[in-house]
Amino acid sequence: MSPFASFLARRVLFALVLVLLVSSGSMWLVHLAPGDFATQLRGPGVSADAVQRERERLGLDRPLVEQYGQWLVGLVRLDLGTSYRFGRPVNELVGVRAKNTAVLAATALFVATVVGIPLGVIAGSSPAGALVSTIRGVSVLGMSLPPLLTSLLLALFAARTGWFPIGGMTSLRAVDPGLPATLVDIGWHLVLPALALALPVAATLERLLAQSMRETLDEPFILAALARGIPRRRVVWRHALRVAIRPVAGIYGVIVGSLLSGSFAVELVTAWPGLGKLMFDALMSRDVQLVAGCAVVGSLFLACGNLLSDLGLAAADPRLREE
Amino acid sequence: MDTVIRRLGAATLLAALVGALAAPWLAPDVGEQQFRDYLYAPPMRVRVVDADGHWHAPFVHRWRLADRVMRSFDEDRSERYPLRWFVDGRLVGLDSAAGQPLLLLGGDGLGRDLLSRLLLGARTTLGVAFLAAIGAVLIGVLVGGVAGYAGGIVDETLMRFADLVLVLPTIYAVLALRAVLPPVLSVGAVFWLLVGLLALVGWPYVARGVRAIVAAERGREYTLAAIAVGAGPIRILAIHLLPATRGFLTAQATLLLPAFILAEATLSYVGLGFAPPAASWGAMLSEASNISAIADFPWLLSPAAAIIAVVLAVNLASGAGARGGAFGALARSRRATPRGAA
Repeated sequence: MSPFASFLARRVLFALVLVLLVSSGSMWLVHLAPGDFATQLRGPGVSADAVQRERERLGLDRPLVEQYGQWLVGLVRLDLGTSYRFGRPVNELVGVRAKNTAVLAATALFVATVVGIPLGVIAGSSPAGALVSTIRGVSVLGMSLPPLLTSLLLALFAARTGWFPIGGMTSLRAVDPGLPATLVDIGWHLVLPALALALPVAATLERLLAQSMRETLDEPFILAALARGIPRRRVVWRHALRVAIRPVAGIYGVIVGSLLSGSFAVELVTAWPGLGKLMFDALMSRDVQLVAGCAVVGSLFLACGNLLSDLGLAAADPRLREE
Repeated sequence: MDTVIRRLGAATLLAALVGALAAPWLAPDVGEQQFRDYLYAPPMRVRVVDADGHWHAPFVHRWRLADRVMRSFDEDRSERYPLRWFVDGRLVGLDSAAGQPLLLLGGDGLGRDLLSRLLLGARTTLGVAFLAAIGAVLIGVLVGGVAGYAGGIVDETLMRFADLVLVLPTIYAVLALRAVLPPVLSVGAVFWLLVGLLALVGWPYVARGVRAIVAAERGREYTLAAIAVGAGPIRILAIHLLPATRGFLTAQATLLLPAFILAEATLSYVGLGFAPPAASWGAMLSEASNISAIADFPWLLSPAAAIIAVVLAVNLASGAGARGGAFGALARSRRATPRGAA
């Protein structure tokens, strides 16, 4: 096995362990917490008997190890069970919501990368002056604007101007307007939430890259490249960027985590029908199967982010490939 | 220029801390007291000239409800309420006999003084963030110190575990841990619970850096000398190695503050942190979360402004903002030890 393949295999293993641990952990956490889904049903007109019957019907009275084992067997077959609260397959519920969160988070990550990386290169390679100071100032401000507050402020902006929808993912329409119109509609709703989510990430990427770029440009191999007569622009964007991007690529996995955290807040404020709200409701109603299902998908996102980060790192850093 | 900005950030942060510590003295009113005539009242204007053009010591007019449905107010110019300084154990307020609040930042949906609540909320929010940062540093020093000193399989296991906690989204981790505990707790219990939970998710950032420093210092001559004269591992770690991390720890604790302030805000916003009537910036934000109310009464957003100001101040004062904040520190501590490159 080549060194690169073994590196990759280790990282895939880490990703699988991550998914298993996070989903199992969340499941045990909810199981061990006081009360279960059936307890919540208790109320006026619902007898203790009825609650007990419901508990037996859902299998909540059986030993935890047995319930967990059953869920694991399902997981291997990619069947996440049935939600107690909605009485529908978790796969179906989580699938729709996960797609929405993925659209939001991926758009934000894309925008943040496309804006943050070039600005970082410019700020890191230009001589100190008004341009560099401006980019840095805007970035430090952007880093200080958490998605929770930004989305609130942007919703206020939308309410005042009416230029953008305040919340939701689609407009209510009596007739299906067809695919192109629906996509435009979703895109229109996506602008503000994605902006709120992307802003601090773009700022962080810019700062990291600018910092790393400055250090890289001081290295002897840059001087050597310039001495050989390679145009400065090419040296900066090809030679230096390849090296300077490494620390940035290295934390992409953590950035995906922070994107998910941010998207939770954004989803709640802007009523974006994503994974965050579903997970929150499931946790509050002790819907174990749904919580674990959300955790599986959420940790899959994280694992993908980490794998991407490792691949990026390996692409930029030959030492990781050769060993 | 840079030093001016840094000092500005430090001054803002200091002001927030002083405001939090001296909140009961600085707040013009009792935070919980509700004034039924002042629901959504706008900020009062402090005046020195009355309607007839006479000069007075600073005073305010009371608000008169002009339209009950639109909740618009106009000033009742007939009576002056002079500001009273250093009475009733407060910096400034109105005569308590007047039965009037001094609404320098306006009133909220229940007719409470926003400024007083903002100051009292600073105690809760900043208190949670600071103590949680200290907690995270303690756990991080312990784990990172042991990993860096022991090396080998212990190091590998602990750091893999740290990596695992690190990639978890902070909010989800805290949310899941908080959601399984009883929803209704006393304010004090919530305070210490949040401190503990945030420390539990924040430590890996510290541990990574501490490990890198300790692992590097371990091979230095002075450590070898200490080992040679027979010092035990605990003594070496505590007296010789950990002092090398001091600068890093202060910087790191500062970096954790913005994330923790935000986590408190998010949790309280969704109803799992401080519940009303407790004053915290997140709880106030959640009470103000109605978009149409914010559009009409923008002063409800003052907790949001406070959070942004403090986070910006932290980023400016520590100079960390320019270096990419907590992620920047993480990227640098990783570069010292390339992951996967055995």
